[in-house]
Amino acid sequence: MTTKTTTRITPAKGGVGESPLRPDGVPKLKGTFEYAQDLHADQMLWGATTRSPHPHARIVSIDVGPALAIGGVHAVLTADDVPGRATFGLEHPDQPVLASDEVRYWGEPVAIVAAEDEPTARLAAAAVRVEYEVLEPNVDGDEAERRDDTFRRMRIRRGDQEVQGEVVVDGYYEVGMQDQAPLGTEAGLAIPDGNGGVDLYATSQFVHVDQEQVVASLGLRPDQVRAHPTGIGGAFGAREDVNLHIHLCLLALYTGKPVKMVYQRSESFTGHVHRHPARMWYRHHANRDGTLIRVEARVVIDGGAYASTTAAVLANACYFSVGPYRCDSVSVDGVGVRTNNPPCGAMRGFGAVQVCFAHEAQMDKLATELGIHPLELRRMNALTTGDHMPTTGQLIETPLPTREVIDSLEAMPIMDDGPPDDVTQLPGGTGLTTEPGDVKRGVGYALGLKNLGFSEGFDDFAQARVRLTEEGAIVETAAIEVGQGLVSVLAQIARSGLGLSRAVVKHVDTSRIESAGSTSASRQTQVSGGATLEAATKLRQRILDAHGGDDLNDSGVWRGGELVVGIEELAEAGWEETVTFRHPPTYAPDEDGQGVVHADFAVAGHRAVVDVDPDLGLVKVHRVDTSQDVGRALNPESIRGQIEGGIMQGVGLAIMEELVIEGGVIKNPNFTDYLLPTILDAPDVEALLIEEDGSWGPFGAKGVGEPPTISSTAAVAAAIRDATGRPVTRVPVRPQDIAIG
Amino acid sequence: MTVNGQEVTADVEPRTLLVHFLRENLRLTGTHVGCETGYCGACTIHVDGQPVKSCTMLAAQADGASVTTIEGLAQNGELHPVQEGFWERHGLQCGFCTPGMIMSAAALLAENDNPSEDQIRHGIEGNLCRCTGYHNIVRAVEYAGAKVRGEEPPAPDWEGAS
Repeated sequence: MTTKTTTRITPAKGGVGESPLRPDGVPKLKGTFEYAQDLHADQMLWGATTRSPHPHARIVSIDVGPALAIGGVHAVLTADDVPGRATFGLEHPDQPVLASDEVRYWGEPVAIVAAEDEPTARLAAAAVRVEYEVLEPNVDGDEAERRDDTFRRMRIRRGDQEVQGEVVVDGYYEVGMQDQAPLGTEAGLAIPDGNGGVDLYATSQFVHVDQEQVVASLGLRPDQVRAHPTGIGGAFGAREDVNLHIHLCLLALYTGKPVKMVYQRSESFTGHVHRHPARMWYRHHANRDGTLIRVEARVVIDGGAYASTTAAVLANACYFSVGPYRCDSVSVDGVGVRTNNPPCGAMRGFGAVQVCFAHEAQMDKLATELGIHPLELRRMNALTTGDHMPTTGQLIETPLPTREVIDSLEAMPIMDDGPPDDVTQLPGGTGLTTEPGDVKRGVGYALGLKNLGFSEGFDDFAQARVRLTEEGAIVETAAIEVGQGLVSVLAQIARSGLGLSRAVVKHVDTSRIESAGSTSASRQTQVSGGATLEAATKLRQRILDAHGGDDLNDSGVWRGGELVVGIEELAEAGWEETVTFRHPPTYAPDEDGQGVVHADFAVAGHRAVVDVDPDLGLVKVHRVDTSQDVGRALNPESIRGQIEGGIMQGVGLAIMEELVIEGGVIKNPNFTDYLLPTILDAPDVEALLIEEDGSWGPFGAKGVGEPPTISSTAAVAAAIRDATGRPVTRVPVRPQDIAIG
Repeated sequence: MTVNGQEVTADVEPRTLLVHFLRENLRLTGTHVGCETGYCGACTIHVDGQPVKSCTMLAAQADGASVTTIEGLAQNGELHPVQEGFWERHGLQCGFCTPGMIMSAAALLAENDNPSEDQIRHGIEGNLCRCTGYHNIVRAVEYAGAKVRGEEPPAPDWEGAS
């Protein structure tokens, strides 16, 4: 891999480095922005889903008669009505569109209905009579592993496997199942085109892969299905997999009418995949001077009933199981098991979150054992450009400012002013359960490392088109705006590439442009941004060449200080450029997990300050400060937004967010019992952005969405250990883990 | 009832929730449904000037009431100071919680146009946001408070930062 020379920024108002106001701000503030929930079509029907009440059962019979008998019901469809491929899946199509012979998780779709209004549709879904022969669910990951009921096994062996350190620390760690809990649930509208095809508008992070899966299961030609980017209320990984997409299209083509579906919150908890719960065994070896000698790990994640992205999440967990540290002897074994628990897949951090909690606990344990400050131990072993990845052996060629992250985090003022005077700011909050004198304050640090973009040889590309029009430059893309600010940053990149101040992003459907890939893996700024920059700079050069110009700005083309072509004339000429951007190639690993597996990396560090009520086991996260490697900050305020929001989700996983699963059943599928951090739980955040040239992203930018979520959880756990002396080997930390130990 | 100043008359089923009436009958889809259980606050509107989670109220209960939704907050084409604050201080990302946040914050400022940070946090604690970490939401409400008081809003706290 060669590091690209960073492209020159052409001056333009609203270009990169600024934080312009969101172009979608006004409609979102006025309530006129159209989310998938808000879509409407004349003659539209409402869809609803019949779901399995059992985590594992054989379907004996399905009687749709009682549902069809309800007035206003237009269709009740089962697996028999799926004309094409009976299954779907992001990586492996193993999940039935509708279950036929067996249900494998609680809430699995069995039938779908369309009716004239939403209440009738839900009534009909409940009226479908399904006879089940209940089977024992396998919810035990160890049992699944014994039976080799797995999605993937990973084996990483690097360096001398016999080497031993002078100091050895062991640990066992667990991470619970977290939910993305985007505020908008799954929703969509499918409209038949009258010629056997269909237009789909639904919550998504990746419309082209939705379209492919609809095409396969409906048995249509690719040109008959168009998936349109649509307004969505958050994603965080929950929108990568198909859920209602194929169902909507089936119902629309069967009834010949537009069909809309909106999941209720409880249904949303079964309608999308979750963050994998993980169990991890670690052994770290170091020399007395603090040099990390060897890391051994075993990582088990529960993928639930269907594949989703478990194989890739497991791989990521294993690749990043050591963290951002040099180590020449590594042994990692990982397995993603198949059970009858809820299916798990993508969530912000994608496997790196779980192992970060474990490797950082281990680093702290080592630091204690060696009598070295936790940050000093990390600095001594910091992985940086020119080093080899401890797991894959890959040479790190792009900037990896791990030392700068550590140094800057250490230099940030701690602002430790002691527990607050306002008693409602103490761990018990407005419950007023905590005596101020009992509060123990703790400080903890953690670092996290993650890949950017898709890895392991995946052909990761994005197409973007830049056009000059009377409205200014338009960036056409199928990349999804999930809230992160893609509509700002792609326009900024276009401005700085073209040297023009007027640019907007326009989302187009799958028939009008090739894939932008998924809005995930922190990749769109780099990959769709890369396509946008290349298209903009090429277009600028073509225009200059065509007119013999030496400058292009908002007035037009200039030569020798004179305007030779006005901007209106350029707009009329219909200039456009389409570019497909690929990041440096990656490769599948060898049998020892070795190779050039990743395209780029980002590192971040967090320092958490917590107050703990040790008697009641309650925690208040007082502040979380961070330093993050961003390559080049194209939109500093959007990055801060990602950092503050990402930290909040990391704090959620540390102390409150967990889907409670009993016998395969989710016991808390609602916002009353699945606790999301409120504004009173939000810690203060101070963020430093570490900039360094040299990544292949536009102007050297790196993706920024995931790092805030990776090490913030581990930092909070470390702070709780510091405050209480408890081992804290599991997140979310429960009151009994602190009060009883 | 009146909705955003307009007289609205309709026959509704007794079970119809106010939020569904607004969204489905009046097609005022700026009021969002996030949880159906009164927890997330995305459906917050004003009923007779008071903030109400409209998924917890029947349409029939609003008989005769004056209802304001997010669509009715901007006056004469000008953004309400809270709307302006959320835009200027990057107080939104996906925007799904934003209408409810704005309605709660507007009700808070109507009672107290100079709230402390604690009062802001307690004033909108019934509204969940999954994207922002809430920091910029507090700044947005501070901005709006200053505008309501006729003062210059505080400078953004990122200016001069790296």
